[in-house]
Amino acid sequence: MAFATTRNAVPLPIAAVPVLEIDAFRRAVLARINDDGRLLLLIGFPQEGDRVRLLAAIADGARGEIQLCSALVAGAYPALTPDCPAAHHFEREIREQYGIEPHGHPWLKPVRFPPGGPTIGDAEFFSVAGHEVHEVAVGPVHAGVIEPGHFRFNCHGEQVIHLEISLGYQHRGIERALRGGPDKRSLQFAETIAGDTTAGHATAYCQLVEALAGVTCSPSANALRAAAIELERIANHIGDLGALAGDVGFLPAAAYCGRLRGDVLNLTAELCGSRLGRGWVRPGGVSGDIDTEMRGQLRGRLAVAERDMRNAVDLLWKSSSTRARFENTAVLTREAAADLGAVGPAARASGIDRDTRRDFPAALYRDRRPAIAVGENGDVFARAMQRWREIENSVAFLMRVLDDPGDGPALSPVGPLAPGALALSLVEGWRGEIVHLAVTDAAGRFAHYKIVDPSFRNWFALGFAMRGQPILDFPLCNKSFNLSYCGHDL
Amino acid sequence: MFKTLLARVRQGYRTAAFPAQFPVMPALFRGRPEFDHETDRAAFAHGAELCPTGALDVSDTGPQIDLGRCIFCADCVAAFPEGAITFTRDWRLASSRRDGLVIGNSERPQIEAVHRELRRLLGRSLRLRQVSAGGCNGCEVEANALGNVVFDASRFGIEFVASPRHADGILVTGPVTANMREALLLTYQAVAEPRLVIAAGACAISGGLYRGHDEVCDGVEELLPVDLYVPGCPPHPYTILDGLLRLLGRS
Repeated sequence: MAFATTRNAVPLPIAAVPVLEIDAFRRAVLARINDDGRLLLLIGFPQEGDRVRLLAAIADGARGEIQLCSALVAGAYPALTPDCPAAHHFEREIREQYGIEPHGHPWLKPVRFPPGGPTIGDAEFFSVAGHEVHEVAVGPVHAGVIEPGHFRFNCHGEQVIHLEISLGYQHRGIERALRGGPDKRSLQFAETIAGDTTAGHATAYCQLVEALAGVTCSPSANALRAAAIELERIANHIGDLGALAGDVGFLPAAAYCGRLRGDVLNLTAELCGSRLGRGWVRPGGVSGDIDTEMRGQLRGRLAVAERDMRNAVDLLWKSSSTRARFENTAVLTREAAADLGAVGPAARASGIDRDTRRDFPAALYRDRRPAIAVGENGDVFARAMQRWREIENSVAFLMRVLDDPGDGPALSPVGPLAPGALALSLVEGWRGEIVHLAVTDAAGRFAHYKIVDPSFRNWFALGFAMRGQPILDFPLCNKSFNLSYCGHDL
Repeated sequence: MFKTLLARVRQGYRTAAFPAQFPVMPALFRGRPEFDHETDRAAFAHGAELCPTGALDVSDTGPQIDLGRCIFCADCVAAFPEGAITFTRDWRLASSRRDGLVIGNSERPQIEAVHRELRRLLGRSLRLRQVSAGGCNGCEVEANALGNVVFDASRFGIEFVASPRHADGILVTGPVTANMREALLLTYQAVAEPRLVIAAGACAISGGLYRGHDEVCDGVEELLPVDLYVPGCPPHPYTILDGLLRLLGRS
């Protein structure tokens, strides 16, 4: 067997993952990719000497299975990217982390500029030559209250020929610091991978720890985790719809949506004390129960918020000037989204029916989950409409959860982790598929911890969507994706 | 057009009465911590080990929390005898002095307003360039919220501007990653003097959770003179706004 098979949050012994020759590894992975499989991740682990163990995970959404295989390499290996574009960022990462050269990779550049490597900003940017071609460089400090990143536009007049996105400014060493854990900082690291996705990443971390410790959370704890994740989705989506309105100068909707985002964050604060959901999701469950009275109050406040959101967003759909700016702007084709391995609302808006909540449900969404919306056009309008449809579905789901969250304690005790094991944890955060992977050592500590934020896959898709677009539409296009810099940079 | 006007009526007037009226924080909100002095001091002895950021210290004079490091996770609360540490709902946490953030008893962090000459220069306006220097984007989310209609910082003349050349100071978030160090310093240098520096969030004040990592500079303290420290992980928008208004001598 070329692959070991597992599922979301189901551990297996690391020894059960086959180690293949690199050529057989390539053939096996590419065969699965050509046969409806999807590259979930491709990462490296340092081994004795200067060898690195490559690990590929293939997602089989139809069966809810994850297939794993590995290969030992040293120095260099033939890259997968020419045959599997979705591997491109992973192979850049492997090269940056371990100095292993993926031969034949067309775009080998630094990913995060960690200490000891090249200086950030001191990179060879892709350059287009020709009459009237010019470059626009933006960042790392942007014009608004935005995370740092560098964007290099090659333009012909107003038209963007190519956009290169160079990140790493937020790199703060999270994965490295997680090794040797779990310890007193591990949960907090997970919560701050991307502060706007606190519940998503904290759940991914906790689900992983629980899988490795053999713990099952109570139905009510799972329901409240799902509530935390869906509230996060609603808050971010409505905030982004407001920001999109702001980017086209439609200020009424921008103002209302901005306020409504805050209202949803305040609901989260009622439940856990923090607007961003800090301290809510914990290993073994959630920080506390909510009583019947509180549930009733929340239902009421959520219903009012939904009514106001619908009212505000309707303004957007019915304003012809807004629609003119949204429609056919920055199209991400279905084919490009699939090739690049895009995830989340950005992929669904391009017609890719992919959602972790349905395809890889762990205890969290096994019994009930929100309806999954899928769009078509892949333009800014489709991504905006996708956000709204996801808000509607999440509100309906939350109402059901608040009606009947199920039974059981908020927190279950979590013991030591299984030694020599590997597990993956998948959560559909508001930006898309979050993947955490851990390998434990003989003592049950994290020997490796890998985080794949959805932005890691989607940044290149943003650059792709901008090709041929007027540069003035960049803020609009950017906001329709609203990717995470810190989630990418770790 | 008619629908837009109708929506305006329906959405209502939402701007908070702050600072004339103070907000009521949610019951579970974790603000300024307080210690119970009846608790045996020995009970706090293992405090330093369990705090994820080393904010909790047990000195000769009793337990202390450094709000500049605290991420308000409250993991300490459950580890001590009941009531030994309580996170109150007090959200007014900003201080103009770094040592003012280290609190032991029931003292509150204090803010000394900027001197009269600077207040005269600023008039009724404060324009800030925000520099996101690493971190998790949580502080940026809350700084951004200051612009929404509820907090509406612009009614106090406080706005975030695109260019440091247009700014009276910078508001820094994040632990200052090695990769953002130069960009932060260049932005600061581009602001005309006199200029203010505001460190918002545990990361910007002390490096927070990432303190000691090779990849970060442990906050702005070693790099720039700081005029206002706003604790939190992230700070509540009211904590930021309150700090700014008191710094300007306006609250």
